[in-house]
Amino acid sequence: MHIVDGALSNPVLIGGGVLAAAGVAYSLKKLEPEDLPRVGVLSAVFFVVSLIHVPLGFSSVHLILNGLLGIILGWAAFPALAVALLLQAIFFGFGGLTVLGVNAVNIAFPAVMVFYLCRWGLSAERYKLAKLAADGLFAVFFIVSVWAGFALFEAYQVEGATWRVSVNGISLALFAMVMIGGYVLYRRGILSVAGFWGFLGGSLSIFFTAIMVAISLALSGDEFAKAAEFVIVAHFPVMAVEGILTAATIQLITKVKPELIHAVR
Amino acid sequence: MTQVLGEVSQSWTAKCDQSKSEAFLNSLDPRVRFVSCVLFAFLISAMHDLGALTLALGIGVGLSLSARLPLWTTVRKVLVVDSFIVVLLLTLPFTMPGETAFTLLGWDASLEGLYRAAEVGLKANAILFSLMGLLGIMEPSVLGHALYRLKVPVKLVHLFLFTVRYIDVFYKEYKTMRMAMKARGFYPKTDLHTLRSIGYLIGMMLVRSLERSDRIMEAMKCRGFDGRFHILNDMKASQRDFIFGGAVSIIMIGLLVVEYL
Repeated sequence: MHIVDGALSNPVLIGGGVLAAAGVAYSLKKLEPEDLPRVGVLSAVFFVVSLIHVPLGFSSVHLILNGLLGIILGWAAFPALAVALLLQAIFFGFGGLTVLGVNAVNIAFPAVMVFYLCRWGLSAERYKLAKLAADGLFAVFFIVSVWAGFALFEAYQVEGATWRVSVNGISLALFAMVMIGGYVLYRRGILSVAGFWGFLGGSLSIFFTAIMVAISLALSGDEFAKAAEFVIVAHFPVMAVEGILTAATIQLITKVKPELIHAVR
Repeated sequence: MTQVLGEVSQSWTAKCDQSKSEAFLNSLDPRVRFVSCVLFAFLISAMHDLGALTLALGIGVGLSLSARLPLWTTVRKVLVVDSFIVVLLLTLPFTMPGETAFTLLGWDASLEGLYRAAEVGLKANAILFSLMGLLGIMEPSVLGHALYRLKVPVKLVHLFLFTVRYIDVFYKEYKTMRMAMKARGFYPKTDLHTLRSIGYLIGMMLVRSLERSDRIMEAMKCRGFDGRFHILNDMKASQRDFIFGGAVSIIMIGLLVVEYL
């Protein structure tokens, strides 16, 4: 997830720094001084959460939860993540100073996107619409997965009945699998409607982050193109984990303290 | 101050002789340390010459040594960070086109790729060592004050200070809740139950944090908070800071000379 110092080219570093500075400046301008303690305390919680390791097969992944952060904080996710990344870079050595801007954009921008895409689905007033949209999305994922299946089969035919499929094809199939998995959980009643939208937020933000990491690697040089494709594939297990975790968290919050979702204006 | 960050930063310094003779680097003005560290990091990431990068790595290690980081914890730290890039370093020679250096299991490793891998590895480690030496042993709140004195937007500094202040509180709360889960026989596995339990744990932490932040805001208002924090720590650069700054700029010019000559 973190890109280390030294790998990226200078234009990418500068571009990331400028974008991050713009994002932080915009959200600080929007942020009321009244809300500072809330954002600060939530950002501390997210720093602690990023230290939690969840077992995954033989290894474990550490959480990012930028989807949850985006849903709760909105634009304030930008400075909160920038601060957390600065602390991690200086005191743990993860990431680095020069890539701070790129990392902040890669993680915070998907969080803001998720805020606009998924947060409305959590509110009780739009329950019906959220339910309808969930079913509609499932139809889209289903069509995508059928199409991906056909594409895989075609590749199988063309290559003379050998399995030489592109990494991107595998990515598409895995994406559809994760999404359908989330929908199945929702249909079986394990996730509520709000939980399903939380699942979407948690998993999509990781997916966007993976794509942005891949883009920043690919822009830095052709030699990283292969690594960039594998970055996306490697993130699908994380996507599933973060999706379910975010869904569970959102379900708890909507039951226990619904006003938390609107804590920061 | 903060245990989560402090565990790292304290274990990097030698504990016994801290009171008697402080490391020279730790006595410098935090602003000078921060600015020189950032400039040094950007200079290193812009360089391409292997000789200059090796020199930069040497300077970074020198800084870490003069900050008196204990040997083994530092080595462990570096190994953890290097394990992140090892995959990238191992694949680079095979994915970069160019003159073949050697062949492994039918895959050609290019000379250019080897060179690039060495460059990335050297850069990452040079920056890491200088970061550990210059900033790793700094108190997080002092860093916040230094950022304030460096004219970083005041809201961002406040956010930084709040985060630093409450990381420890919530880490303790997390540990308490994990203990309670453990007492009820929770053992993390790869299944839905684990994910849901940890999700609920995070949700509970968020709920408690919101309640706590409201109490903080009330306490702050009670003490006359008007949107401003008064940071009392006024930093003054002394002669040794100017000498250190001069030395850093000479070193950086020297590195540029090695890079381009």
